[in-house]
Amino acid sequence: MSNDIFVITEHMDGKFSDVSFEMVGKAKELANAWGGQSVSIVVGSGISSDGFASDSTIQVDDETLNRFNPEAYGKVIEALVKEKSPRLVMFGWSATGMDLAAWLSARLGKPCVAYVKGINIEGGALIVNSQIYGGKMMADVSPEGDMAIVAVLAGSFPVEAGQGSTAATQIASPVLLDGLKIKFVEAIKPAAGDVDITAQTKLVSIGRGIGSKDNVELAEELAKKIGATVSSSRPVVDAGWLPRTRQVGKSGLKVKPKLYLMLGISGAPEHLEGMKGAELIIAINTDKKAPIFNVAHYGSTADLFEVAEAMLELL
Amino acid sequence: MAAKFEKVKSVEKEHAIVDGVDISGDWNRMFEQRVITEYTPELIEKVADIPGAESFANCYQCAKCIPVCPVDIVGNYGPRKLYRYAQTGMDLTEAPELWLCTTCKNCLRVCPKEVDMIKIMPAAREQAILAGKFVPAELQQAFENTAKTGNPLGQPQRKRDAWIQNAGVTIPIIKDLARPVDVLWYVGSYPSYHPRGIDAASAAARIFSALGIDFAILGREEKDDADSQRLAGEKGLFEMMAESNIATFNNYEWKEMVVTGPHELNAFKNEYPKYGFNRPVSHYTTFLARYLDQLKPLLKHEVNVKITYHDPCYLGRHNGEYEAPRKLLEAIPGVELVEMQRNRENGYCCGGGGGGMWMDSFTAKHTKMRLSEKRAMEAASTGANVLAVACPFEVSRFEDAVKSTGNEHVTVNDILELLDRSMRGEQ
Amino acid sequence: MNIVVAIKHIPSIADDLPVKGNNVDFDSVDFVLNEFDEQSIEQAVLVKEATGGTVTVVGVDMIGELDGVLHLALAKGADKAVKITGDDPAADSHQQAKWLAEAIKGMSPNIVFAGVQASNDLDGQIGPMIAAHLDMPYIGGVSSVEVAGDTATVNKEFAGGFGAKYAVSLPMVVGVQASTKPPRYAPISKVRQVAQTATIEKVAPSGESSARLTMKKMAPPVVTGHAEMFTGSSKEVAAKIVDLLKSKGLA
Ligand SMILES: Cc1cc2nc3c(=O)[nH]c(=O)nc-3n(C[C@H](O)[C@H](O)[C@H](O)COP(=O)(O)OP(=O)(O)OC[C@H]3O[C@@H](n4cnc5c(N)ncnc54)[C@H](O)[C@@H]3O)c2cc1C
Ligand SMILES: Cc1cc2nc3c(=O)[nH]c(=O)nc-3n(C[C@H](O)[C@H](O)[C@H](O)COP(=O)(O)OP(=O)(O)OC[C@H]3O[C@@H](n4cnc5c(N)ncnc54)[C@H](O)[C@@H]3O)c2cc1C
Ligand code: SF4
Ligand code: SF4
Repeated sequence: MSNDIFVITEHMDGKFSDVSFEMVGKAKELANAWGGQSVSIVVGSGISSDGFASDSTIQVDDETLNRFNPEAYGKVIEALVKEKSPRLVMFGWSATGMDLAAWLSARLGKPCVAYVKGINIEGGALIVNSQIYGGKMMADVSPEGDMAIVAVLAGSFPVEAGQGSTAATQIASPVLLDGLKIKFVEAIKPAAGDVDITAQTKLVSIGRGIGSKDNVELAEELAKKIGATVSSSRPVVDAGWLPRTRQVGKSGLKVKPKLYLMLGISGAPEHLEGMKGAELIIAINTDKKAPIFNVAHYGSTADLFEVAEAMLELL
Repeated sequence: MAAKFEKVKSVEKEHAIVDGVDISGDWNRMFEQRVITEYTPELIEKVADIPGAESFANCYQCAKCIPVCPVDIVGNYGPRKLYRYAQTGMDLTEAPELWLCTTCKNCLRVCPKEVDMIKIMPAAREQAILAGKFVPAELQQAFENTAKTGNPLGQPQRKRDAWIQNAGVTIPIIKDLARPVDVLWYVGSYPSYHPRGIDAASAAARIFSALGIDFAILGREEKDDADSQRLAGEKGLFEMMAESNIATFNNYEWKEMVVTGPHELNAFKNEYPKYGFNRPVSHYTTFLARYLDQLKPLLKHEVNVKITYHDPCYLGRHNGEYEAPRKLLEAIPGVELVEMQRNRENGYCCGGGGGGMWMDSFTAKHTKMRLSEKRAMEAASTGANVLAVACPFEVSRFEDAVKSTGNEHVTVNDILELLDRSMRGEQ
Repeated sequence: MNIVVAIKHIPSIADDLPVKGNNVDFDSVDFVLNEFDEQSIEQAVLVKEATGGTVTVVGVDMIGELDGVLHLALAKGADKAVKITGDDPAADSHQQAKWLAEAIKGMSPNIVFAGVQASNDLDGQIGPMIAAHLDMPYIGGVSSVEVAGDTATVNKEFAGGFGAKYAVSLPMVVGVQASTKPPRYAPISKVRQVAQTATIEKVAPSGESSARLTMKKMAPPVVTGHAEMFTGSSKEVAAKIVDLLKSKGLA
């Protein structure tokens, strides 16, 4: 039994995701409070993992682990966790972490909390804040026993706190990795043709307020700067300023991104039907009575062109 | 709308000698017997064999229906054309054309052969749905919503009466009232949930109250009438909703029923009787027109607007009410009423009927412009600054359409809102 | 091919969720099928149509209203429906996964489908837990499945259109994100006919497992009903938005 905290980091094409650093930052804070160590776990092959701020970084290196494989990764992580008995194991609530966290929990019989937004220690015990029911409920739960597993939503903690220069220790896989039932076949790249806005985590969405086809470029530029895709209300599509594949709403597509930045959309019920589940809605609309402000989390009545241009300068 | 089937072979002969005269050329068909066998009747029979769709085969191609079909005006449609497409290779049960008819009934009005799209369309669509063929995604969503939550918008059933909190008058729920009432007001799904529908419902409540009418609503027990879902081909869903609604209606004592929407009127007056419900029902315009003498003194404030009124297909053509809405509008002081070119019996469809409400993107793909947009332009061309409607589907459709056709100066209002404004003054 | 679909009946989030004590007040919410389960039922039926076999749908009856959901699944092409008479609306995902795994074991499945996640999965998802109990490999976030012989080829989605294709020797558990084709429509007349003729097999819950979580507090997030407005010049507004995005790791 230890008071260590394991962070199961995530990477694709040699690059670590932000949530990995977020978790490391949080792990350091918790480890300090408990008098344990924060340990970044990197499962992969031949990637450089010296950029974390954790007390130590363990890199399990094996050719087989080159690509994400839930079976192989699961076995490796299970073996490490069994061996070191950390107090807390942190996963990202992501395409990869989701395959592993609940599986490990059932394998080990240890409690698990998903959709985690916050982690605190109260009187030595863990209190985990989780956002469930599509964000309609916030729950504070305390896991029983000597080990807990959490799966953290990206964007819950600052990235910077997890960035550092701890040198990674390479180890061989603690388990045999032959006879795997799951085999990686090939990577899938976004299909040619137009992007699928339902699969995007960030959308910059434009409405009739964008004024003309020429102005769409401004939105495209802004979107590119923040790694987002441009979507729109129906009139923009009807006018032929964007293809039909970008329309959000009742007669378009239903989206649920982490960010929905709206420029010049009034918020008609038919539009809301397609996006009200977005995690963060920011609306720029010069009409202070626009119904979108009853739904958006943040808003401003500034001119969309001025705001977009000023944002481009700042980003 | 491009025809996807091959053109029939030409009946003209490249070379023809008749009585020794060479009449080779594209005009020679009149000298030869017409080869009727080049057209296949199979796909016409396939439709006419569906119970309910028999009259499809009646068509004798006179084409009276085409100039009155609202879909033809923005596309290429109408019973005559569907018959002709079927003759030349279109299987209606699989073609996009199956979903474009709004069941507006204008063709039936003029058809000498009583080719009845109001029966053909639901029957053919039902067959396509039962056979697991293509259903437009939005429509499928509306069906599923209706089955799951009792309304096509997919809003929670327990919020169906949430709107009454902000209506400004007490709106009794019949279950809580626990006594007979004169009028059971069936509110409807859009007036219960859509923000602009709620505006009309709240206005209705204030008008009923001001007139001292003894009314109540069903609240959370009310479910969608599902008539448009029936016309879109989901008869099973319609029957399920009808059974549930009829049981609820029969649970309480009331003298007559008033409905906010024409589709509900059509359901309860013309369809529910087939399932054993036979009680007096009227649309709010018909009902309020009866109270015109009491209503007039309440209309104290001038509403200085030029109004044009859009006849809802299911109030006008389907149920014969053209005058009550006009009488109500004329009773408002300050109002100037102007008619659109297509009015009353020949009123132009907004595109929302027959399930069109839930196929907006699908229909738009197969037409040059939305029906609502065509109508909004017609309304604007009268010089009116208010487009008055009497159907809860229409406010959202036309509000969108006036914007997208650059006619923002035209405001769209339900007659209820206009009466309410005259009663209470500008709010 | 024995194809099994594990489904979950959960409180509808279309409505406001009332809280009673430290949990959702299960008496005053509607229960609905987890939205991802609609995708996994469709995916299972598509696999059956391609390879033959039977589709069995199994779920825990939390509040005694699961029949409607099972009838819908049968109308959409499932062949058999099984309900575990859990009768405890507060049974956590760990407990449900255990019950499901025990029930599924006896069905000797070749492939098990589960929706990739459910909005009430406080303690992780059902799919991977079933896989752990049955000792089968699991892949979640799947958007297409093809079965040939005893190998399944699945596409897993990461984000933004990126993903990976895996070949898995069966049996396995698949967490379905989206079926290859959108879920089909089941006409109500068919659903009602199924409801009158179908038999639903009842199974008593067996096996115990607990999330081992103590709920301290559950509450809806504070909502103001109005956006928090950024004021000032356009430049100031832009700066505030950029700061907000950065603080959330979104820029
Ligand atoms: C059956 C049906 C289905 C529909 N389906 C959909 C659907 O799927 N998706 C959809 O989006 N709509 C749909 N609609 C249309 C919908 O009703 C609205 O008309 C539409 O969403 C309005 O789009 P908008 O907000 O871009 O335009 P508007 O309502 O015109 O809003 C433009 C906004 O931009 C603001 N603005 C203007 N200039 C500036 C500036 N310089 N800076 C900042 N703000 C500015 C204005 O204040 C205004 O609020 C549907 C309608 C119907 C009837
Ligand atoms: C697309 C299309 C295709 C058609 N194809 C054909 C076709 O292939 N063949 C065809 O025949 N029609 C066809 N028609 C119908 C056609 O247009 C006419 O309606 C039809 O030919 C009229 O038939 P009729 O002259 O017998 O009847 P009517 O027009 O009613 O004429 C009856 C005549 O009998 C006279 N009459 C009445 N009583 C007496 C009496 N006691 N003694 C003497 N005269 C009397 C009347 O004065 C009258 O002129 C087609 C129509 C359409 C729209
Ligand atoms: S009912 Fe109306 S829309 Fe349908 S074919 Fe006839 S005229 Fe056209
Ligand atoms: S009006 Fe009637 S008979 Fe004439 S073409 Fe149209 S459907 Fe056929």
